[in-house]
Amino acid sequence: MNQLLQQIINGISLGSIYALIALGYTMIYGILRFINFAHGDVFMIGAFVGFYSAPHISKLVGGSIIFSGILVMLLAMLICSLLGVTIEKFAYKPLRSRPKLTVLITAIGVSLFLEYGGQLIFGPDPKLFPTIVPSMAVVDTQNLVIGSNSIVAIVTAAILMLILRFIVFNTKMGAAMRAVSYNHQAAALMGININSIISFTFVLGSSLAAAAAILYSSVYPSINPLMGIFPGLKAFIAAVLGGIGNIYGAALGGLIIGLTETFVTGYLSPTYRDAISFGILILILLFKPSGIMGKFEAEKV
Amino acid sequence: MHRRKKILSTVIIALVSLIISCGQQADQNEILIGEYSSLTGTTATYGLSTHRGLMMAVDETNNAGGILGKKIKLLTEDTQSKPEEAATAVTKLISRDRVVGVIGEVSSSRSLAAAPICQANKIPMITNASTNPEVTKKGDYIFRVCFIDPFQGEIMAKFTFNSLGLKRAAILKDIKNDYSIGLAQFFEESFKSLGGEIVATQAYSEGDADFKAQLTALKAANPEAVIVPGYYTEAALIVKQARELNMNMPFVGGDGWDSGKLIEIGGESMNNSYFSTAFSSDDPDPVVQNFAQKYHQLYGEKPDALAALGYDAGLIMFDAIKRAGVTESSKLRDAIAATKNFRGVTGLITIDQHRNALKPIVILAVENGKLVYKETVQP
Repeated sequence: MNQLLQQIINGISLGSIYALIALGYTMIYGILRFINFAHGDVFMIGAFVGFYSAPHISKLVGGSIIFSGILVMLLAMLICSLLGVTIEKFAYKPLRSRPKLTVLITAIGVSLFLEYGGQLIFGPDPKLFPTIVPSMAVVDTQNLVIGSNSIVAIVTAAILMLILRFIVFNTKMGAAMRAVSYNHQAAALMGININSIISFTFVLGSSLAAAAAILYSSVYPSINPLMGIFPGLKAFIAAVLGGIGNIYGAALGGLIIGLTETFVTGYLSPTYRDAISFGILILILLFKPSGIMGKFEAEKV
Repeated sequence: MHRRKKILSTVIIALVSLIISCGQQADQNEILIGEYSSLTGTTATYGLSTHRGLMMAVDETNNAGGILGKKIKLLTEDTQSKPEEAATAVTKLISRDRVVGVIGEVSSSRSLAAAPICQANKIPMITNASTNPEVTKKGDYIFRVCFIDPFQGEIMAKFTFNSLGLKRAAILKDIKNDYSIGLAQFFEESFKSLGGEIVATQAYSEGDADFKAQLTALKAANPEAVIVPGYYTEAALIVKQARELNMNMPFVGGDGWDSGKLIEIGGESMNNSYFSTAFSSDDPDPVVQNFAQKYHQLYGEKPDALAALGYDAGLIMFDAIKRAGVTESSKLRDAIAATKNFRGVTGLITIDQHRNALKPIVILAVENGKLVYKETVQP
């Protein structure tokens, strides 16, 4: 029973990080109708921004751990937003009128560029992520331990998701995003600047990935240029599972995948972990391709 | 049509001869030795250490006049910590560069990928630190200068059972790694025959970052010690996450833990953990101290076990060439096989009939964030 509770905590903390990455996939899909495969690598860049900036920032602000932690996260979010917008401007925008497959393959190219460019610049060996949140047990009973890292990950992810919800459903920009997602041409006729909405979507998605990277690296502090591949794939599964294009779905899918992986590893064997995650992807694509919360959309002929 | 074929064949001949001429031309006054090593990737610090040790052995030998009146030339290939790259690297060293002997690798998985290629080409290979027994079983041209896992597993089982006095152990092994699986198995056998109990076994894969699920499952079995027969990056993350889950029992590992990164990543959480290795720079032996001092002068840091093994692997190869008197592969092979009581920095080394090294083992502990020399066990 206690082991079950502990595994649930482990699973939620991993799942909330997957959820943050999944939101980026789902929003970009919602607007542009293609999977941004470079998203996991934007996540990796976020971790490296944290790696290089954290020592300087903590020296600059001195003692306050919480303040310097927030600053590191904001800086990573800023740089990844710029990166996301740049990728969109140079790699995806020129292809906007081309078939979706062209953009998809370009996205894989951008992903490989970031991964192997990263190996060239950062070096291929794993690096130790600096401690941003001091690890200590917040809840500490005989059988259940909840570390500060897990709590920070869960709470930060929840706050960011609430902010995102507010932006998408309660602001003018959010209304424009939803309109563009519904119909590009009609939205443009209503006077919405499509380009700036797409850029804004990349800003949101990439900065969530950066925040996820800082949280992920704080819990699992060994980072390398290929670290984005697997969390990226898992978050992609989460987005599809929840219903791609649906923001609540991405959050739910992230949690389900995080919990599933933790339970499979803890009770079965880690050998099956990835197989089961990808098995979920195959099943959902076969039987309910619109995902748990997605709506069925008939293909227009 | 005919002309086109002619042009094509001319181009191909030109390309092939270009590729051949790009290969290293063996100088009459040089003996070419190949090294394949993980200079980048997840176990980069291993490859760097063995490479530095080997470089030191090469330079010392050359400065003392070389062997058979020739200088040694070392050709190094990076394996990027991947078995498939290891196979490519030795193929390149043997067929393009035509080396007379090959040295490497640290990882058993990578040595297992390269050994069949050396064996097929009848080029003697000495692995510096692959401890899995399977490596030297690949053929009579494959040797090692480190101890093997059955010995290491037995010593660590005895150490855990007798010296630490712990009877209930759990194992967390790397399911994709031959070294880790082997060491876990030998530890388990010895520990059980001593009367100990393995209360739980869990697994991970190299490159994983999240071990909390496995650790939570191990914790539920209430072990007195946890054995992690893996490599330093994962071992450090495992111990760190274990301490976060309030698992304060001793963690025990093998020579895969021996890297400065272990404490760099694990920090204070590494306290109360133990591992076996081939060498300690704190060993008071004058041969060791002399080596440690020279190494420190050259590279500005203390040598770890892998640096010492890299150094010894080189010296044993050079010593065998000297005794063989020629670099012909079958004679060189026989000379390596005849190595007896060779005084290396990792102790007296004898190559037995299975081409494994009989040699002592060192046990280290982590106390207050520092490595502390515990004891040396003779074979």
